[in-house]
Amino acid sequence: MTSSVSFFKRIRRTPYQALAAIFMIFVTLLVTGVFIVLALGSSSLISYFESKPQLTVFFKDEKDKESIDSLTQKLKNTQKVSTVQFISKEQALEVYKEQNKNDPLLLEMVTAEILPASLEISATSPEYLSELNDMVKKEPGVDDVVFQKDVVDTLITWTTILRKVGIVFIIFLLVATLFILLTTIGMKIALRKEEIEVLNLIGASNWYIRKPFIKEGLVYGLGGSIGASLVITLFLLYFEPFAQSFLRGIPDLTLFKLNEVTVSIWPPNMYFYILIWAVIMISGMVIGLLGSSIALSRYLKD
Amino acid sequence: MIRFVGISKTYPSGNIALKDINLSIADGEFVFLIGSSGAGKTTLLRLLDRELAPTSGHVYIDDVNISSLSKNRVYEFRRKMGFVFQDFKLLSDRTAAENIGVVLEIMGRNRGEIEKKVKETLQFVGLTDKMDYFPVQLSLGEQQRVAIARAIIGGAKILLTDEPTGNLDPKTSWEILKIISDINKSGTTVIMATHNADIVNSMRKRVITLKKGEVIKDEKKSRYG
Repeated sequence: MTSSVSFFKRIRRTPYQALAAIFMIFVTLLVTGVFIVLALGSSSLISYFESKPQLTVFFKDEKDKESIDSLTQKLKNTQKVSTVQFISKEQALEVYKEQNKNDPLLLEMVTAEILPASLEISATSPEYLSELNDMVKKEPGVDDVVFQKDVVDTLITWTTILRKVGIVFIIFLLVATLFILLTTIGMKIALRKEEIEVLNLIGASNWYIRKPFIKEGLVYGLGGSIGASLVITLFLLYFEPFAQSFLRGIPDLTLFKLNEVTVSIWPPNMYFYILIWAVIMISGMVIGLLGSSIALSRYLKD
Repeated sequence: MIRFVGISKTYPSGNIALKDINLSIADGEFVFLIGSSGAGKTTLLRLLDRELAPTSGHVYIDDVNISSLSKNRVYEFRRKMGFVFQDFKLLSDRTAAENIGVVLEIMGRNRGEIEKKVKETLQFVGLTDKMDYFPVQLSLGEQQRVAIARAIIGGAKILLTDEPTGNLDPKTSWEILKIISDINKSGTTVIMATHNADIVNSMRKRVITLKKGEVIKDEKKSRYG
């Protein structure tokens, strides 16, 4: 025998309202989660590119090591480069092998001979890049110059747009969710007005009266966040192979390290999933609590 | 000891419900409040449980000025009182036992204690066999017994009853009055607002008569009217 009607029973008695609230929280958190993953991914990708040698010079086969060395010296003399690294044909093959280790067919067809030697040049500041670019282009025996600043700039533009759209979208969803929670829980408060009045008279504390509604908001939040966590996990697992071919050659992207724990976004490790779940769960509970608190302050005056 | 000192109550609508009421009620007393509808009986009761605040004057219970209680202390104060209403005010989605047990639950008592106390109290009001019935499955008299059980289970020292027999037939009314009278004999102060002349006349208790918000008669061992 217990005197309280369980809130699960209450939720069951009005399943469509409860479902609407849970579903809205689910959608909000799903979109939020997806944007968080995209934003984290793109920003760590950008910082990776920004830290990478920003200019790669590929040489024709006839270019000899001596003239490459003199070019290296010439670049260093400008004081505008921080590092210049020579990649020989053999080293290029190593890199290629590492990048394609899962694809034996590609490995078979390639020898060191067909890969170009290259110089990876990091500038001390991005503004010197075009100057350096012009300089190496004039050098005889240069096959191609890959200028990564363009890549980074495009990426930054897209990331900025993505973030702005994401934030606006999430705010709209959040407002809609709070309104739905407000009406759902507000309606329950109105339905239970008499009960609240009786409980007040027999000496129930404010907390005793509010607790079930707070719990209800919390359950909605948890329900929505469990769903969103699940779907985002499936998303990530499903898109990992696609990302793998897209991000070929990109080494591990670490978000941060905490003692022994390394949270790595690429490839997504267990800690990354835990981080995303935690963010979603906490957001869900905060939304639920916020919704029920607003409803209580709005509809339950003491 | 309950004391009303210079109590006046004017509703925001301008309706004057009580005018300069001065009363004191001793511990363990049984008091009838009578008077026609709108005389101020219910207002007086609602001032006692601090549902309403007086426009002027003070209400003291055991020398505590209840108007000075802060809002978040009121619930503790209300646990010392029991209420019985004409319309019972039972929670329709809870059984008789649950309706009674909720009082102890809000006090934070443990389940075993609640169960034991609920059984005792149900026995006292004679409803042991109906403990798992919902209010709609009970007769009006039985519902009022549940309400009385709820009012006393927490060990209330004061029982406020607002026309407890108003919806009941004469025979059931007497049964309810018997229970309330037994509660009073155990030392609980009882204040009963009523229109039931038969009950007032047969009980021979203190009767306070209100008219248009004023006490026009206050006599011990009195009669109705």
